[in-house]
Amino acid sequence: MIPVLAAFPVFALLAILQTAIVSRIPLLQGTADLVLLVIIAWALQERVRTAWHWALVGSAFIGLASALNFYIPLIGYLVTTALALLLRRRIWQTPLLAMFALTLLGTLISHITTALSLSVAGTPLPWLETLEIITLPSLFLNILLAAPVYAIARDLAEWLHPEAIQI
Amino acid sequence: MPWPTITLSLIAVGLVILALGGYLTPLSRLTLSPVIAVQTWVSERFQAVQFYLSAPRDVAQLTRENESLTAEVAHLQTQIIELQQQLGEFRILSALLDFARAYPEYQYVGASVIGRDPSPFVKYIHINRGSDDGLRRGMPVVTQQGLVGRISQVTASAALVQLITDPSVTVNVRLEPTRAEAILSGSITGDIGLDLIPQAVTIEPGELVLTSGLGGNYPPNILIGQITGVRSQDYDLFQSASMQPVVDFSNLEIVLVITNFQPVDLSPLIPTPGTP
Repeated sequence: MIPVLAAFPVFALLAILQTAIVSRIPLLQGTADLVLLVIIAWALQERVRTAWHWALVGSAFIGLASALNFYIPLIGYLVTTALALLLRRRIWQTPLLAMFALTLLGTLISHITTALSLSVAGTPLPWLETLEIITLPSLFLNILLAAPVYAIARDLAEWLHPEAIQI
Repeated sequence: MPWPTITLSLIAVGLVILALGGYLTPLSRLTLSPVIAVQTWVSERFQAVQFYLSAPRDVAQLTRENESLTAEVAHLQTQIIELQQQLGEFRILSALLDFARAYPEYQYVGASVIGRDPSPFVKYIHINRGSDDGLRRGMPVVTQQGLVGRISQVTASAALVQLITDPSVTVNVRLEPTRAEAILSGSITGDIGLDLIPQAVTIEPGELVLTSGLGGNYPPNILIGQITGVRSQDYDLFQSASMQPVVDFSNLEIVLVITNFQPVDLSPLIPTPGTP
């Protein structure tokens, strides 16, 4: 229960950091997505059983902070979580590699979902330009932050899920 | 008086007389030099020992003084930074006041920009005023330079402002001095452009772009920017143009919300398919 409740202050803080600082430091038009990175890093932790809960709470906070419809980040984060859980079982021995791979996939999934939704809603989005000035710079920033976020998530997971010691 | 006493007295008087006459100076120099040298050496050693014994107390005192001064310097530097920030805010507020004086027909609420939308696909900002401050959906937002956007969502203490650079935004504008009507639209790159400019009108770079008030979403005559280039083809129905906004959208700090402008909802007047 505590790991699920811990998601609320964590994502509240992340949403504040994302809107107040990270979104104000763009590379071209792309920005890092701290919430996505934490969701991926959390889902990759071996002891964690609350990946879906964290993805839902993260989506809810971003849905509240963003002008996008709430289901757009929700779809992107849930699909990324599913991939993370799938990949955790396959390449659990190299979690950092999995983190980088999922950062790549998660960013692409999240951006494709957003771009498709906006296009359906009638917003003109030139695909090549979107890729060049939003997706690729965002991907670069996310990959840059992936390793430190993974390290913080690992420490948090060890703190919230202490290993049982046999006496 | 015994003889030894007389002798000693005479010797003493003689020495005094000789000393007063300056005859003993070489002798006294010769005698005093080693004494002075020894005294100097002793004095130096004593001073060294005294310094050694008293130095730790002085260092401790100096350290305390240094810490106190360092703290004072840090405090003063913080004050300088705070004053610089206040000066910056004062300049912005002063400019905003000038804008408010230039448009006295409107009522304003000042707000600070506290964040940007987490998605890079949309151009929205968060401001720290909401429905408790009288803000409502659709109210226009400006700075001292010109139009910023309009409020799209409101909570009790905050609001979300859609910038005119958002790709889904269109604004009816008028060009000055030609008074030609056009449509401003945002884009994913954050640039804004003009479209649907009639072919019959000759427009030049440098013309001003202002809100026209058509459509009822924005008040008229609010400055937006200046035309930088015109694209016109003979076979096109309309001309298009690129423009430079007067507002620096990447560096918004304080904005004004026009609270007494009521946007007009024209949607009931737009015919929908199937409606007689």
